[in-house]
Amino acid sequence: MATQRVVTATINGRERSFLCEPRQTLLEVLRDVLDLTGTKEGCSNGNCGACTVLLEGKPVVSCLVLAVECEGQSIETIEGIDTKDGLTPLQNAFLENAALQCGICTPGFIMSTKALLRDNPNPTEEEIRFKLAGNLCRCTGYDKIVKAVQDAAQRRCGSGCGCNG
Amino acid sequence: MLDFDFACPTSLADAIEVLAAHNGSARPLAGGTDLIDYLRTGRLSAHMVVDLKRIPELRVLTCDDSGLTLGAAVPCCEIYGNEQIVKNYSALSDACSIIGGLQIQSRASVGGNLCTSGPAADSTPALIALNAQVQIVGKGGSRSVAVEDFCTGPSANILQPGEIVQQLTLPAPAAGSGSHYRRFIPRNEMDIAVVGVGASVTVADGKITAARVGLGAVAPKPLFAADLSQWLVGQPTSDATYKEAGERARQIISPIDDHRGTAEFRTHVTGVLVERVLREAVARATA
Repeated sequence: MATQRVVTATINGRERSFLCEPRQTLLEVLRDVLDLTGTKEGCSNGNCGACTVLLEGKPVVSCLVLAVECEGQSIETIEGIDTKDGLTPLQNAFLENAALQCGICTPGFIMSTKALLRDNPNPTEEEIRFKLAGNLCRCTGYDKIVKAVQDAAQRRCGSGCGCNG
Repeated sequence: MLDFDFACPTSLADAIEVLAAHNGSARPLAGGTDLIDYLRTGRLSAHMVVDLKRIPELRVLTCDDSGLTLGAAVPCCEIYGNEQIVKNYSALSDACSIIGGLQIQSRASVGGNLCTSGPAADSTPALIALNAQVQIVGKGGSRSVAVEDFCTGPSANILQPGEIVQQLTLPAPAAGSGSHYRRFIPRNEMDIAVVGVGASVTVADGKITAARVGLGAVAPKPLFAADLSQWLVGQPTSDATYKEAGERARQIISPIDDHRGTAEFRTHVTGVLVERVLREAVARATA
């Protein structure tokens, strides 16, 4: 067995060190080593987006990242989204628009949407559908998700709080 | 996933050393969007995975009067996020913006797309259209080849054990030139090309003065349509030219039947896409 490595990364704003084998994906380490089970495993081959996290601020599928690659990098997962004041406008928009049924895809959608709205605060419906194509949902049919993202965009712009939520 | 060791060199010399030491059983890792899946499913194996993303030469991205230098590990999102590339190397940014979804584009690199050597790789026809040279480096030194000579078949290329692609270099576009890449897929996004076409053209006084056309997913490797490109020189920028070019492209391909499309369908679509891509490349050249 290849030697386990100590990897130090900033996870949800906190520096953490963990042990992992080179063959372990970031998804495995998040869930099985760090107990951050909010990140979901779907297809494990990069198609479904359920395991999306932000690595150095960019959305990635954590099933196609080796945990050892993350040395010194920043990782944000669904657990790092909310604040001490509760859910963010983005999370509330998903809830209130019923943009989820079983919920497995939701953490991935939230992370992708966070990156999308950061880079494009007022996306058109077409842009939302194109940019979120890397996240699959087998329950809602997407319309409610798109509406939730539009709603989240409005809430952010309306509040002007710069919460990136 | 089978066990392997891992190295993350921060210099090109160290990377070449560790790759050479494993005599072909080490796998270079850039974005990992193909490699990690292949290792997990057993399609490929490795004793050692060598992460190349912390090597400065493989992360370089410079775009100036002398052309574009693109490190092999630069991810797609940095390419379509660069205004100069979008303007001067449009075919490449077109391709990078439709490879996978956002998450794949954050990681997948054009160098990696080339080295995976899939016949349907989106960025390779764009590189062919833009006349890219591939800079290869290994223990034995460095060499450079035209991108159309890099792939040799499905998942096969000219890299020798221990060699890696360091950079791609693209010449500065001539005045009055434009380029475009487009593909056909059964979905709107996130799929593998049934046919992909990249083209660059230079236009003066209503005539094409230089052209390069690259075709993907219609042969065992991405094709440079050399005779077609030559034929385009001197032709007027007209619908008749684009239609004839499409017909000529249909003659040189050898597509297969698979679940994404039949050979007959791919042949038809190749002509249609060549027409459309040339029309758009000319529009960009004359904008």
